[in-house]
Amino acid sequence: MSNNLEKFSDPGLPEHIHRKADSDARAEKKAERQVAILFLLSAAGTILAIGSYIFMPQDVVIFIPIMGNQNAAQLGLGIGIAMATFFLGMGAVHWAKTLMPDSEVTAERHTLRSEEVDREDFVATVKEQGGAAGLGRRTLIKRSLGLAGGLAALTPLVMLRDLGPQPKKQLNTTSWEKGTRLVTDPGDRPIKPSDLEVGAVAQVLPALKTGEERTLENIGKDAVLLIRLNPVDFNLDSQRLSWTHDGIIAFSKICSHMGCAVALYEQQTKHLLCPCHQSTFDVTRAAKVIFGPSARPLPQLAITVDSEGYLIAQQPFTEPIGPSFWERNSA
Amino acid sequence: MSQKERIIGGVANYVDERTGAAKWLNKNLKKVFPDHWSFMLGEVALYSFVILLLTGTFLTFWFDPSQRDVIYNGSYQPLQNVQMSAAYASTLHISFDVRGGLLMRQIHHWAALLFMASIIAHLLRVFFTGAFRKPREANWLIGVGLVTLGIVEGFLGYSLPDDLLSGTGIRIAEAILQAIPVVGSYIAFFAFGGAFPGHVFIPRIYTVHVLLLPGAFLALITIHLMLVWYQKHTQYPGPGRTEKNVVGYPLMPVYMAKAGGFFGIVFGVTAFLGAVASINPIWLYGPYTPGQISAGSQPDFYMGWLDGLVRMSPPLETHAFGHTISWNILIPGLIVPGILFTGMALYPFIESYISGDKREHHLLDRPRNVPNRTALGAMSLTFMMVTLINGGNDLIATHFHMSINQIMWMSRIGVFVLPPLAFVITKRICLSLQRADRDLVLHGRETGRLVMLPHGEFVEVHEPISPEKAWTLTSHIQPQALTNVTEDANGVAKPKAIRNKLRARMSAANAEQAPAATLTEAKELESGHH
Repeated sequence: MSNNLEKFSDPGLPEHIHRKADSDARAEKKAERQVAILFLLSAAGTILAIGSYIFMPQDVVIFIPIMGNQNAAQLGLGIGIAMATFFLGMGAVHWAKTLMPDSEVTAERHTLRSEEVDREDFVATVKEQGGAAGLGRRTLIKRSLGLAGGLAALTPLVMLRDLGPQPKKQLNTTSWEKGTRLVTDPGDRPIKPSDLEVGAVAQVLPALKTGEERTLENIGKDAVLLIRLNPVDFNLDSQRLSWTHDGIIAFSKICSHMGCAVALYEQQTKHLLCPCHQSTFDVTRAAKVIFGPSARPLPQLAITVDSEGYLIAQQPFTEPIGPSFWERNSA
Repeated sequence: MSQKERIIGGVANYVDERTGAAKWLNKNLKKVFPDHWSFMLGEVALYSFVILLLTGTFLTFWFDPSQRDVIYNGSYQPLQNVQMSAAYASTLHISFDVRGGLLMRQIHHWAALLFMASIIAHLLRVFFTGAFRKPREANWLIGVGLVTLGIVEGFLGYSLPDDLLSGTGIRIAEAILQAIPVVGSYIAFFAFGGAFPGHVFIPRIYTVHVLLLPGAFLALITIHLMLVWYQKHTQYPGPGRTEKNVVGYPLMPVYMAKAGGFFGIVFGVTAFLGAVASINPIWLYGPYTPGQISAGSQPDFYMGWLDGLVRMSPPLETHAFGHTISWNILIPGLIVPGILFTGMALYPFIESYISGDKREHHLLDRPRNVPNRTALGAMSLTFMMVTLINGGNDLIATHFHMSINQIMWMSRIGVFVLPPLAFVITKRICLSLQRADRDLVLHGRETGRLVMLPHGEFVEVHEPISPEKAWTLTSHIQPQALTNVTEDANGVAKPKAIRNKLRARMSAANAEQAPAATLTEAKELESGHH
């Protein structure tokens, strides 16, 4: 754009248009009454709130169209507080809009930058006052100060060390051992293959040793899903097939992506789906990932039956269960 | 002097003789604030923060932030005698046995959602109107800090009840920590005091949720507001409004009444929602146990985009030298959000670098007048919307009878294709709107009245627009692209040739503009007509 084009000019602030209440005494009175009504509504709200709190029994349920059944005490208290605050605010705003001065005011805005002379003075001050300390010259002080300051900041970091133990091998191991019985969750009852029909799913945990307690940490690693298929549906190599028993296959229930419980089993497709991020695993192919963000199959637990006919683990899990971590060593 | 005046005068005198506040107060009570509905968005955030402090304090009186095992014995029958953490049991106690407890929980949760929604709306207003430009870059940075902390604070807050849904969220957070290369499993074990879930995480995040982060919020909000006060509020362009003035209403009494009143309105709305709209009914989920999960697990909306990113991630992991790197967690969980938030924080500096504009700006931009920035904003929003929609893919699948795989693939493709498309379309729309403004100024408003001239020709009567409107539509900055000078006066090639070339090219794109109409052009057209 060339500069010799004449631009439109600023006509300045438009003329102020007065409100009705500014000139008409009746309109002013009306506005005043409206504000007062709003404040009175607020007061009524507070009475409703306190009244509901004190006098309304906690177990009264009332039906309100659209909203359905509501607890009367909770509703009265909530609506009361809502009215008390909302109408108090509305009153104040209405007051401001109808009765307080509404002509716009213009204020000057100054550049934030200081005057040149003040800036120069400032630089001079810093140089003089700061120079008096002589930090620039005294490199020994400067460096030792840097060292001391840096080291002092280390202490709080170091002191966070006792927040928790080192992971050691904990992420690699579970409670499953050779011969551990599979028990129902909940109930802790050992299971026989005949307890599961074809197509059924069950969540199991390792049987507790005497004196052991079931902790959430254990459940978070030990939870296993049992699924019984028709053995002809399996599409497994001979080793993985030998880890199944009578059409029953066992996988870690802890998702190999981010550790959610893989709880959704589609009987028709024989897919396991994690509700968190929709990783989908094909049960017939040893929980191979067929969709979603998970990069690894769910670890399979080798199972068989003991002499009494109860399901047991053939061996511990052969790989760490759950989400990946840096030290995890298996493809 | 009346009795009342004497008393007030006495108090004022007492305070002033000890603080000398009269001069400062006199000046600041007259402080002028411009009026516009979009300036209320930040106010909503501030007021919902106050509501969060009030309701949150109420909740702390009964909440027991402990993961010790208890047997529930309260008035909610379905969970009688169930083993659960004290945190979950006390949340049930607040919900069913403390009068008004459920109401306060629900107001707290609604206010948290409103807090995040209003912060995001405020952020968008500031972005699209260019309010972040010099001298307000620091306040933009504080704002980016606040929205980031808000996401963390919200997540920690809904994790505290230790129900099945929130416990699943913590499980996912633990997996993200665990995925950090080299130190991940250590960080996870330190944070959880051992194996997940442990017994210390809830008490620890409780301290962070009720003390550390609210303290940080208070400090940042204070600086945020002090800067607004000190630098004076921006204003929209219009007749009589310049870079050198601020037009609006004085703090006392108009703004005190309006702002104070508005706090009441915001409180009223959250209280109403808390009274009638159930939110996070934790008693339906049951206590957390790692072996169970509820279908349709969803985080709150401000985490949804993150969850959506994680969901759409391809199954990538590197296994080498006995170590595992989970790209499927690192990229969507840490790397992409890191790039997004860093880019957002740096944007004021990037734009100033590209445009070469180092002036102070107190007049806001109309978004159409800065097509490049507006298009960039639309692009980022589109990205966020695609990821957010994918974060609810399971709900969309069940509600709209679609396959989850279809939605996932649509998002995976859409997240790459749609944002650039949004950029191009938005930029075109902005330029068209600029041309429409130009036409409106030069040709006036189409009245729809047809007039037959004496010689039989029909013309539509155009009515000239008011001088105020003409000024508003033409007063904006006409940006100039930076020219890339490759040689200095002596013909010596300048260093950093590639960087300069890139900067010049971005500058040209940034300065693309339909020129504002001028009076000269209007006069020329006028004389041509007659």
